[in-house]
This record gives sequence, structure tokens and C-alpha cells, in this order.
Amino acid sequence: MTLSVSLQHRFPGITLDVRFDAPLGVTALFGRSGSGKTTVVNAVAGLLRPDQGRITLGDRVLLDTARGNFLPPHKRRIGYVFQDARLFPHLTVRQNLLYGCWFAPKGRAGAAFDQVVDLLGIAPLLDRRPGRLSGGEKSRVALGRALLSDPDLLLMDEPLAALDEARKSEILPYLERLRDTVALPILYVSHSPAEVARLATTVVMLEAGQVSRAGPADEVLADPVSARGFGPREAGAVLNLRVGATDPDGLTRLETGGGALWLSLPGVAEGTALRLRILARDVMLARQQPEAISALNVLDGTVREISEQDGEVLVRLAVGEAALLAQITLRSARLLELEPGMRVFAVVKSVAVAPGTAGAGAGAGTVI
Amino acid sequence: MLSLRVSFWAVLVSLPLGLFIAHALARWEFPGKQVLNGIVHLPLILPPVVTGYLLLMTFGRKGTVGYYLDQWFGIVFAFRWTGAAMAAAVMAFPLMVRAMRLAIEAVDPKLEQASATLGASKPWVWLTVTLPMILPGVIAGCILAFAKAMGEFGATITFVSNIPGQTRTLPSAIYSFMQVPGGEAQAARLVWVAIVIAMAALLLSEWVSRVVARRISGQ
Repeated sequence: MTLSVSLQHRFPGITLDVRFDAPLGVTALFGRSGSGKTTVVNAVAGLLRPDQGRITLGDRVLLDTARGNFLPPHKRRIGYVFQDARLFPHLTVRQNLLYGCWFAPKGRAGAAFDQVVDLLGIAPLLDRRPGRLSGGEKSRVALGRALLSDPDLLLMDEPLAALDEARKSEILPYLERLRDTVALPILYVSHSPAEVARLATTVVMLEAGQVSRAGPADEVLADPVSARGFGPREAGAVLNLRVGATDPDGLTRLETGGGALWLSLPGVAEGTALRLRILARDVMLARQQPEAISALNVLDGTVREISEQDGEVLVRLAVGEAALLAQITLRSARLLELEPGMRVFAVVKSVAVAPGTAGAGAGAGTVI
Repeated sequence: MLSLRVSFWAVLVSLPLGLFIAHALARWEFPGKQVLNGIVHLPLILPPVVTGYLLLMTFGRKGTVGYYLDQWFGIVFAFRWTGAAMAAAVMAFPLMVRAMRLAIEAVDPKLEQASATLGASKPWVWLTVTLPMILPGVIAGCILAFAKAMGEFGATITFVSNIPGQTRTLPSAIYSFMQVPGGEAQAARLVWVAIVIAMAALLLSEWVSRVVARRISGQ
């Protein structure tokens, strides 16, 4: 099932003109505030009627202005997780969760109540009322409520934006489990590069109402031009790797195709798929294999693309099949005489780790 | 006890219409909205005798509407207890609509949107989200209207007069006893009844809206 969106809508000050596809998995709609992310999501949900557009979900047409079709929100079978949760205050958590079931068509095997409650860890909250829940608990209940309405698509409008860092790291593992267990397209609105890097399988970047870049997450994130959209401190590539054997000194091997990465990963089983995020500013480049250096993680790669802006240079490297992004100064780029096709060694100073599948707990492993 | 019956029916019959008009005033934009608002509030500002006179002119047996009601359906309001209920309803209507309108305006439309995305059609959204949220306002409006209907005198006596057993409501009974020499004791008895009923209604409404408010605030 794929969501296809194409719409134009005029606001005072901004004209929205977007076109993209969201396949199974998490499609991150990324952009600054005011770039039109929420408008797109509201149009998909049917809460906003765009001037022109066509939205299809699988073989169902949700909107086709050319033919005058508009499916009202309650017939779209879309689970919408709002930024502000929007739980019904007059109902208990259990009643909130079951609210969508009252209206779901009979005879469809919806997500099982116990399964969802278990997935989100909300069993202790069932008989409480939303007024007494913490922000993180509300987010999880809102997520459960959307899931239990048996949707064909999940929309999440910055579900973590209202939470502090601690609550965010409480919810993120649940979202990862969701992505890996539910066979639905998920459209995830965010302006946080870290969230996008951790969750997204597909990235759609919005700039001033237009799609500036769209594609698989690892490609978009490793593209120097679109990476600038994340800001200089947040640009970085994502690598999907499989956990290898652990040496007696506690370091675990992850094979990249351009050499091994050694990370400290206590409690992660061999064979687990891991998603690593390597920030561009944590990668140094050398033209020769560095020797007598404390850094263990040196990858052998090839320069693919060099992009300069405001004295900062972003270099995209091919490391085996994967791509890596390095941020260096203009002077370093000149001293190294970098050019596409050149062989270089990337010294990786730090790696953020998130589990690619359910099971292992999330954590950030920093290795020098 | 005639007063209780009059007030009860006055509130019951005006409740659906009151909810509808309160909803229209709170949520919809339509031409003539201010005119409708004015008409609803008119009985609050007009001298009650004027309202009673207008009712008599409209719904009296020779009135513009009342004549046809009588000729075609045999329905007569003037000088009947149903007429007293109608006068009470008209006089109490603005209070009822005001309370309900405030309650409806306080409901966050975002919750109704959330309900729609979960598969609820418009009538269901209203029944399962809007109505429970505005319940305290609806109850408050009904109690206010009931109290106003109990005390209604001017429009009632103008429209349906003061016929013992037919249209003699509590206030007009008290008034009548006051006109008779030596009737003060009986008047005082009725005054006490009026006070007890009013007090009971007030306490009941306080209690009900506190319970409901606690429930819907999500505590």
C-alpha cells in the first residue's frame, strides 16, 4: 500500500505545491516551521480541502479535485496522531483507545487490543483519565488510539515535539517497534534531524511549500546539498549494519565494506540489524592510511561529491555500498587537494546507535 | 403544582430548539445571525407585559397564527396551561441559549477533528464528543430556564390571565392572595414553597455540574 500525494494550495504568504509517494515504512516529512508540513498532513487526513490535488492510498482515491471527489475524514481510515495528543478528557484511557473501534467496519481483523496495549506499555494506565497522564503517556495513548482505529495509514504530526528529551527517548523505541511490526505506511512530520535519521525509511524535504528532495533515507541524508537543510551541526549519514562478533576486550565488530567499525555495544546480540548515524562533523579525512593514531574506526572510501558553502565543505564518500558524509574546512579541502574519484581514509570519531529492529534497547555509543 | 408542570414542559420543549440555536450562534456563520441573536434575546430586555401582548396577538384565538391553529388543528394556547408554558418558555429561552452557547464555544474543535479521523461521522462526533463536553452548560441552562419559568409573571398574566386551576401559576397565586384581605398567611405559605423549590433547584444544579465537570475535565 502506497500513499500518493499531489496537491496545490494557496495561503496568504505561501503557495504549497507538493508531489510525493510514501511507501510502507516511515516517510519523514522534514522541513522548517512554516514550510507547509502540517498542511500536507491535514490535507491527507481530510481536515483541509486543498485548492487542487489528488491523493490516493493504495487503490482508494481520497481526493481528486479534478473530478470533484472528496472523501470526508471519517471515511478515510487514517490514524492521525496529533502533536497535542487530543485525547478525549471525558473518557478513560481504555475508552479513548476503543473509541475508533466503535466506528471501524465490522469483519475486518483490526489490531488486537492487548497487542497494542502491550506494544506501547500502557496497560497500567487503562482505567485512568487523560487529565492525570504525563506528556509521554498521553503520546503513547494517542498512538494506541490511532492504531486501534484499524487504519490503512498512520499520520504523525511531530508527536514528540511537545516532550522533553527524556520523554522523547522514552517514546522513540516504541515508534521503532511500530515501524518494524506494523505493515502500514507512516507519514511522520518532523523538524528534528535526529528523529528523521533514527526513524525514517524515506525522506521528503519541504522548503517553502515545495518538495526540495525526496528518496530513501540513507540516500537523502548522505546527499551534501540536502544535508545542508538539516543545518551544519546536524548533517550526517545513516548506515544500516549488522552486528558481528564481540572481542574479549568488549568491542563489537560491524563490517561496512570499507573496513570494520568497532563499537562498544553491551547487550546487543550478534546478527542484530543496527542503524548508525555518523555526523559529518565527526568524520576526519586523510589521504593516507593514518598510523599510530588512537582512533580505531578508520574506513577506506572514495570521494564522490564535494560541495562548498560559506567556507564549509561537505564531502560525500562511498564506503563499500554505503555513503558517508564528512564536514571539513575549505582550507583542509585545498590542502588535501580533494577531487571526486580520489581514495581517502575517513576517521570516525563518534557514532550514534539505534536498533534497526525491535528487541535491543536504544542508546548512543561513543567510541574514539 | 401547576407551576412545576408548566416549567417542566417549558424547559423540555425549548431544550432541543435551544441547543440548535445555541449551536448555530456559536459555530456557524450565516446572514442574519445578529438578527437571530437579537430576536432570541428580546424577551430578556422587553417589558414582560409587551412579550405577553405579542404572544396574545400571535397565538391568541384571533391572533395571526393562533387563529389557524384553532381552525385547522383545534389547538388553543391562550388562557390554557399550555399557553402559560409557552409564555414561560419564551421568557426563559434567552437564559437557556446563553448558557449553552458559552458551553459550545468552550469546546475545542480540535477534539471534534480527532473524533472524525477516528471514523466518527458528524452526528456521532456531536453525540460522543460535543454533547458530553457541553453537558454542564446544558444542565446549567436548563436549571436557569426552569427557575425563570417558575417565576414568570408578567407575560403569563398578559397572555393566559390568572384562571384558578387553569393558568394560576405560583407567582400569580401569590399575587392573587395579596389582593384579598386576610390572604397574607396563604401568600406566605406559597412564598415558602417558592423559596424551597428555588433553593433545591440551585443546589441540584451546583451538584450536578460539579460532578459532570469533574468527569469531563479528565481527572
